[in-house]
Amino acid sequence: MTDSRLRRTMLYVPGNMPSMLQNVPLFKCDSVILDLEDAVNYAEKDAARNLVRRFLSTWKERDKEVLVRINPLHTEWGRDDLAAILPEMPDAIRLPMCETAEQALELDAELTQYESAQGLATGRFAILPSIETVKSVLNAYAIATSSKRIFGLAFGAEDYTASMGIARTNSGEDLMHPRMMIVMAAKAAGIQAIDTVFSDVGDMDALRRETELVKRLGYTGKCLVNPRQIDIIHEVFAPKQEEIDYAQEVVEAIRQAHESGTGVASLRGRMVDAPIVKRALHTLRAAYAQGLTDTPVDEEILHG
Amino acid sequence: MKIVKKGMAGTMQSSDLMVFVEPADSLQVEIESTVIRQFGHLIRVKVDEVLARNGVSAGLIRLTDRGALDYAIEARIETALQRASA
Amino acid sequence: MARNSLGREIPEIFNGKRYIPYRDPHAIEPETFHFQRASRVLKRNYSGSSKVVGGLREAIVASGLKDGMTISTHHHLRNGDRLLNDLVREIDALGIRDIKIASSSIHIVHAELIPYIRKGVITALECGVNGPIGEQISKGELTCPIVVRSHGGRARSVISGEVPIDVAFLAAPCCDEYGNFNGFYGPSACGSLGYALVDAQYARKVVAVTDHLVPYPALPFSVAQNIVDIVATVDSLGDPRKIVSSTTQLTKDPMGLLIAKYAATVIDSSGYLKNGFSFQTGTGGISLAVAGHVRDMMRARRIKGSFGCGGITGFFVDMLDEGLFEGLFDVQCFDLKAVESIGRNRKHQEMSAGLYANPFNMGAVVNRLDCAILSATEIDVDFNVNVNTESSGLLLHNTGGHCDVAKGAKVSIIVCPSIRGRLPMVRDEVTTITTPGETVGVVVTERGIAVNDHLPELKAELIRRRAPVKDIHDLRDEIYAATGAPKPVEFTDEVVGLIEYLDGTIIDTVRTVRA
Repeated sequence: MTDSRLRRTMLYVPGNMPSMLQNVPLFKCDSVILDLEDAVNYAEKDAARNLVRRFLSTWKERDKEVLVRINPLHTEWGRDDLAAILPEMPDAIRLPMCETAEQALELDAELTQYESAQGLATGRFAILPSIETVKSVLNAYAIATSSKRIFGLAFGAEDYTASMGIARTNSGEDLMHPRMMIVMAAKAAGIQAIDTVFSDVGDMDALRRETELVKRLGYTGKCLVNPRQIDIIHEVFAPKQEEIDYAQEVVEAIRQAHESGTGVASLRGRMVDAPIVKRALHTLRAAYAQGLTDTPVDEEILHG
Repeated sequence: MKIVKKGMAGTMQSSDLMVFVEPADSLQVEIESTVIRQFGHLIRVKVDEVLARNGVSAGLIRLTDRGALDYAIEARIETALQRASA
Repeated sequence: MARNSLGREIPEIFNGKRYIPYRDPHAIEPETFHFQRASRVLKRNYSGSSKVVGGLREAIVASGLKDGMTISTHHHLRNGDRLLNDLVREIDALGIRDIKIASSSIHIVHAELIPYIRKGVITALECGVNGPIGEQISKGELTCPIVVRSHGGRARSVISGEVPIDVAFLAAPCCDEYGNFNGFYGPSACGSLGYALVDAQYARKVVAVTDHLVPYPALPFSVAQNIVDIVATVDSLGDPRKIVSSTTQLTKDPMGLLIAKYAATVIDSSGYLKNGFSFQTGTGGISLAVAGHVRDMMRARRIKGSFGCGGITGFFVDMLDEGLFEGLFDVQCFDLKAVESIGRNRKHQEMSAGLYANPFNMGAVVNRLDCAILSATEIDVDFNVNVNTESSGLLLHNTGGHCDVAKGAKVSIIVCPSIRGRLPMVRDEVTTITTPGETVGVVVTERGIAVNDHLPELKAELIRRRAPVKDIHDLRDEIYAATGAPKPVEFTDEVVGLIEYLDGTIIDTVRTVRA
């Protein structure tokens, strides 16, 4: 399943800039979002589509999750974007301006059709809907549960504030409510919540504060536009030593339970159930990625 | 693919290139590049390959390259051709 | 032609002089070859009167400069220097011909010399060059034999008398009438006069040229009256804005920052980052970003380093002022902050090029370096580094201290982007070898870190930390997979220049590029 993957940093890369695209394999982010939408002028939509497609066809050994942000399906470019991109096998499509479950389902149907035509497993392509208007915030839970392809909800603050008729501030209270709505909808649906970009590249302290805030709210990742922001976000999402210790105890308990054949583990007098193991694995993945532990995570432990 | 009008794609940024195509009776390719000495031969191979794959047999194709990698050369030529044949 | 140990064809005789092909970094023992210090005829001056003879022309006449002689200047004024151009114009006006230039370096601003080279006023360059002169020589458009030397190698060649300097014309930013001078003050202040100190000691005649004559005595002096023959005054030594023009901004390029981060990991893994740590880095954006990481680690772990070295920037000055280093050895100040610091702080020590890097003395400062960050225009799979020519084959850069520092430092770290405008920077073979691979410790690109075989413990530690350690051949293959294999530049057989290793042997040649 894709839903437990580490997505601390999801980096946008403009689809029409070769100098940025060719460095995509080298950026140390967890996911990359190749952007055909906002980062590309109307007159260059065709050029960006060709460029991203050709770039993906040469990038064979992918070391990170690859998303493509297509133009919305109701625009003249959306379906052409899909047709050009899907043969290059991205991991997921980022769907901008997803305001209703129906819009997510429309993309889901397109993907299913492509998958069955190509003989691919259904669900091969995941979906990350952008929750970036008031309407989509109010529909967040319905969107989150509309398709099995959806592994998370991604907040988009710029369009959200525009749809509210307010200006975005650095203090964040203007975004508190949508952030809470989105993370609650995501958690209720059992998927990830990914926070919006922080656009002031010069202010690393404010980026750190904002990331710390959303981490406290329950977000497990953040989108970003500048690779210089990667390290700070990873630092914030790095687990603390006591979290790592606890996660290791959880994994050890479940391992012993598997060995003894009981399948039921307990730790500190509490039963270790699947959500606890999943959370522990997430902690250990983040710890390993940050160099805080030396052994990679045994993903099989959950299933024995 | 037939070139019926002028078409252009790309930028002058580093690692990019500009491609200009226009109708002509025969096929002519002109390549200008910051790395012509080291990579002129490979750029030419790539251009010929993309033109052949798109069935282009006539037209004036001009490239001004700023050190683009093969995938970008391919994409920019394709875009210019699509724009010139539509 | 002979072949040196790196496989490069070297002429035995170049411009009338005999040279030894490079063999290895330790091949030349000065004692075995009976090298001596250059001697100067003892002179006397019982007079206490002023040594000011007038302007440049009067000074040239007074120095006794004649056809066929060798002159030198220093390059502390960098691209703001006016002296060398003005000097050659006056030499020409006096009808003097066949002059050899043995300056510490030549910059882009000195492209003005090209007509005088064509005219026969200048007939050889006993020093490396930056910019158009070298470019035209390597294109075969300009004829002027050139021997490129490192800072340490140049100091050696002057001190040993291999390159005898008849008259040194030394820009003296703050000078008195009896010849004491320093670089700390005045409109053309440049800070350290490290490269000039060797010439002041060993040239047969020393002319101090100043645009800022102060009442006797000009204290503190860097060069003292007892070795200065003549003082000349000029309106201006140069353009102060260009004297301190080097890049002193940290890079913002994400790939450059990634390289800097890896380089910092290398330093951290080397085992030397503890009390007593010594460090050198250059002025490029990546180098400064590495220095930023080093500073942060030293701060966080309360490490007190021993010294920072080389060309000094404000960044190192801040580290000294913060107490992160015991002192700085400064052969050249790169910015105003460094100039200001060296004039006030006695722990910011001016250092001659000989003390810095001359291989033939009782211990150069580079020998005491733990880690050094160096750049490259190209690197090959044997870790040989080129900084002189570019992949076009054109001679565009001087060596600086590159091979001196690589040999001296315990861990020399080359930082270089893997690709520049499609050109692969890690290659089968470099166009020109400046620094032999066996003196290079680590190559850091944004695609990975290649560690040379003589540092197995460092390699193991980097792997333990999951740093992207790669075999240098794999690194080359990965880069070629993105760029394609470049067609080698074609050269003629005509050798127009030599690349001298710091011990005086010839490590490579410069040939003209086939049109």
